[in-house]
Amino acid sequence: MSALVATPGQTVGPFYGFALPYDAGNRLAPAGDPRTVRLRGLVLDGEGRPVPDAMLEIWQADPAGQVPQRAGSLRRDGVAFTGWGRAATTSAGAYEFLTLPPGPVDGGTPFIAMTVLARGLLNRLFTRVYLPSTDRTADPLLARLDPARGDTLVAREEDGDLVFDVRLQGEGETVFLRYAGQAP
Amino acid sequence: MLPTVADMPSSDTALDSQAEISREILKAREEYAAAGVVETQPRLDYEPYRSSILRHPTKDLHHADPEGVERLAPCFGHLDLDPVEADLTIQHSGDPVGERMVVTGRVLDGDGRPVAGQLVEIWQANAAGRYVHKRDQHHAPVDPNFTGVGRCLTDDDGTYRFVTIKPGPYPWRNHHNAWRPAHIHFSLFGTDFTQRMVTQMYFPGDPLFDLDPILQAVRDQRARDRLVAAYDHDVTSHEWSTGYRWDIVLTGSHGTPMEEPEEEA
Repeated sequence: MSALVATPGQTVGPFYGFALPYDAGNRLAPAGDPRTVRLRGLVLDGEGRPVPDAMLEIWQADPAGQVPQRAGSLRRDGVAFTGWGRAATTSAGAYEFLTLPPGPVDGGTPFIAMTVLARGLLNRLFTRVYLPSTDRTADPLLARLDPARGDTLVAREEDGDLVFDVRLQGEGETVFLRYAGQAP
Repeated sequence: MLPTVADMPSSDTALDSQAEISREILKAREEYAAAGVVETQPRLDYEPYRSSILRHPTKDLHHADPEGVERLAPCFGHLDLDPVEADLTIQHSGDPVGERMVVTGRVLDGDGRPVAGQLVEIWQANAAGRYVHKRDQHHAPVDPNFTGVGRCLTDDDGTYRFVTIKPGPYPWRNHHNAWRPAHIHFSLFGTDFTQRMVTQMYFPGDPLFDLDPILQAVRDQRARDRLVAAYDHDVTSHEWSTGYRWDIVLTGSHGTPMEEPEEEA
């Protein structure tokens, strides 16, 4: 057990828009990289309405399965792949990232780790975005989930894009994660 | 932006009273005391904060062992930001209005080890309780010399340090005559992705604490206290600024196998 108790989280509130989003925050892929893929989707509330004041962050390995440990996510040089990005939702609750498909880290199933922040959401949420081709039986997390719940973690392919909707509540509610060691 | 109930400039009669919100807060406290299980984080489902009603998951968070990319965190470096970003009082041509202050502290992991060289982002209202953000309609002056956004990297000791002005409290539309206690928003990263945290720092002795459903969503008093900075006269400097100290502890620690506490099993 940890010696210190974690500081509580609080909502990101309505006014982060002038502080956290930044130019090219959602463009992880190096300019002109032919492997570039668009990850897009909607953030929806318990009534299926778009959430226009949510912010998502993604963190992922490169296509070779290497986890980048290099700076440069805030001021991108257009060449390096840093593996991290941030995107606010639009007035229609939509987001998009331009990134590279993640590779398997240490032989595991590739996924993109995602953090969800929003006004009205009292603490950040964590989830995973798996690729459409994922063999669910081979992944420890997906294999243990009811298939319908597992569906919420697997992006679908649409017009060459990866599409992943985040449903905060209700029908098709996205599976959100509590990592080992995180207290309620 | 699509307006939501909590944001709409509706007639005040459509909004609940502070008395109603306070009643709900008290009820939630009593339920917490009766349950006898210690919480250290906010409830996601906390009705007094009206905007949370449709925005919290109803299913239990799914237990996950961190894998692959989750065991590491993004890196930020000195090329990602400018040192001037740590001083919110020098980002314009003149001095901002308000109480100049230093806010400093350490970012630690659950074992008390410093989180070194990591990004800390803050944002806040000005001294009048007004955000630069275009959605802030509070009838209080914008300060042309204050944006209210800061960034820095922690040093080897995990220490962050910002120079800023003390933010004012401000009204919001959760209920009639709703006021947020003065606070600074903090965004933090650890050494693992799983330590990512966004929170708010408050100031000691604020009379709005008990009335605020966002702070009170943390139902445990000791946990709420962890969100309140301490005035520190050693951080205060002669004829220049006041000083506050606030340490932040992220969940867990890097590289150690984490076991589920028994009460979670």
